[in-house]
Amino acid sequence: MGEPIRSIIVLAAIFVGVLATAAGLIWLERRLLGLWQDRYGPNRAGPFGSLQVVADMIKIFTKEDWIPPFADKPVFIIAPSIIVVTTILSFAIIPFGPGIQIANLNIGLLFFLAMSSLSVYSVALAGWASDNKYSLLGGLRAAAQMLGYEVFMGLSLTGVIILAGSFNLSDIVNAQRKMWFFIPQFPGFLIFLIAGLAETRRIPFDLPEAENELVAGYHTEYSGMKFGMFFVGEYMGVTLISALIATLFFGGWMGPLLPPPLWMIIKTFVFICFFILIRATLPRLRYDQLISFGWKLMLPLALLNIVVTGAVAIAIN
Amino acid sequence: MLDLLKGIWTVFKHSFRKRETVLFPEEKPNRPPRWRGRIILSRDPDGQERCVACYLCAAACPVDCIALQATQDEHGRRYPAFFRINFSRCIFCGFCEEACPTYAIQLTNDFEMSEYYRPNFVYEKEHLLINGPGKYHDYNFYRVAGISIGGKGKGESENESLPVDIYSLKP
Repeated sequence: MGEPIRSIIVLAAIFVGVLATAAGLIWLERRLLGLWQDRYGPNRAGPFGSLQVVADMIKIFTKEDWIPPFADKPVFIIAPSIIVVTTILSFAIIPFGPGIQIANLNIGLLFFLAMSSLSVYSVALAGWASDNKYSLLGGLRAAAQMLGYEVFMGLSLTGVIILAGSFNLSDIVNAQRKMWFFIPQFPGFLIFLIAGLAETRRIPFDLPEAENELVAGYHTEYSGMKFGMFFVGEYMGVTLISALIATLFFGGWMGPLLPPPLWMIIKTFVFICFFILIRATLPRLRYDQLISFGWKLMLPLALLNIVVTGAVAIAIN
Repeated sequence: MLDLLKGIWTVFKHSFRKRETVLFPEEKPNRPPRWRGRIILSRDPDGQERCVACYLCAAACPVDCIALQATQDEHGRRYPAFFRINFSRCIFCGFCEEACPTYAIQLTNDFEMSEYYRPNFVYEKEHLLINGPGKYHDYNFYRVAGISIGGKGKGESENESLPVDIYSLKP
């Protein structure tokens, strides 16, 4: 009894919780988009349409799982699983409460950055293996976009690391006891938010999908649960970025009265809703705008943020 | 950047707006009286069929969804032997109603016509004919048309005058 059983319970709870959230987001996103567009969204199946999730899952599991004959079969099959695996692995480092964490890595943030870089392979390989011009274009766009945005995503977190003095996410949360990091690190927070949007390939950065120009981008040829994996991967990515924003900039599980995991969940959901609000508001960027925005504006801003934060940290010490 | 935030705020304010959706099966949408929906054949105030089987509706129909066959009763009154509208073709343009000289064919504001079986969209006369005058309560073609029919001579009804005796017009 004791430690191993407790960690298994934590692991199962986080795993199931993340999968359930990703599934629930199918419904939540459609309801919220409906709310902001003065309509209802799915409201028929079950209370407030919440059983829509079940209906969608039954549908996507029973759809024909077709692999095009011209596709590169092994790569085509592996690609959707990569995004799900890397995103789930990233959840291992997030503390949902004091001690409620799967892996208390001392290089937690680096692990997250590594995993989110690996998830590019999923999209790029999917676009490549589909052997379809639209998929390939989507995959190439994803690769270029990720490359550009990964750089300043890492740099935007450097300010947090300087302030906390650690890569460990539990240490970062504990370092926010006096002040949440979004106050001293507001530019870093904004840059990470934008990079997170690009990382999850959501509007306004959904150029790899771009359904009006590229059919469905990298997952044009995917059907059934393979397509579902990309979908779940995207929603888990949103959850992951929201959880990370809450952890890194908004004090993680800290908060008055309510139990710590609940605070973490509330904060995460606020940011998930904010992501959906952004989707309801903004149009898609043009590709050259996206790339020049990343390299010419965001990267220098992130570097400037590091310089200023570092200078202030040295001056105080 | 400020414009972006303004946009996001505007969208957020929509959380508190009334939703435009009409929740259809529970809540019926508002339909004006001239709504063009399911087509019916009406009867005149005496309870007789108004349709005189003139084929004008079938000729006016841009998608050829109306089929009918004229026949006569013992008084010489024309009526359709069959009248068939294929609603899977009908585009609800209302041209048939405009073409009709006797107000017989009318478009109603019923639109709930879903079917599971395609041939059910073909409506025969017994499905189309209603037991009332529809939108025009007092109109009776044979009472204003000035033709003799079934015991009524020329010019014997209201708004009709007797035929002019052309031989009485001698100078």
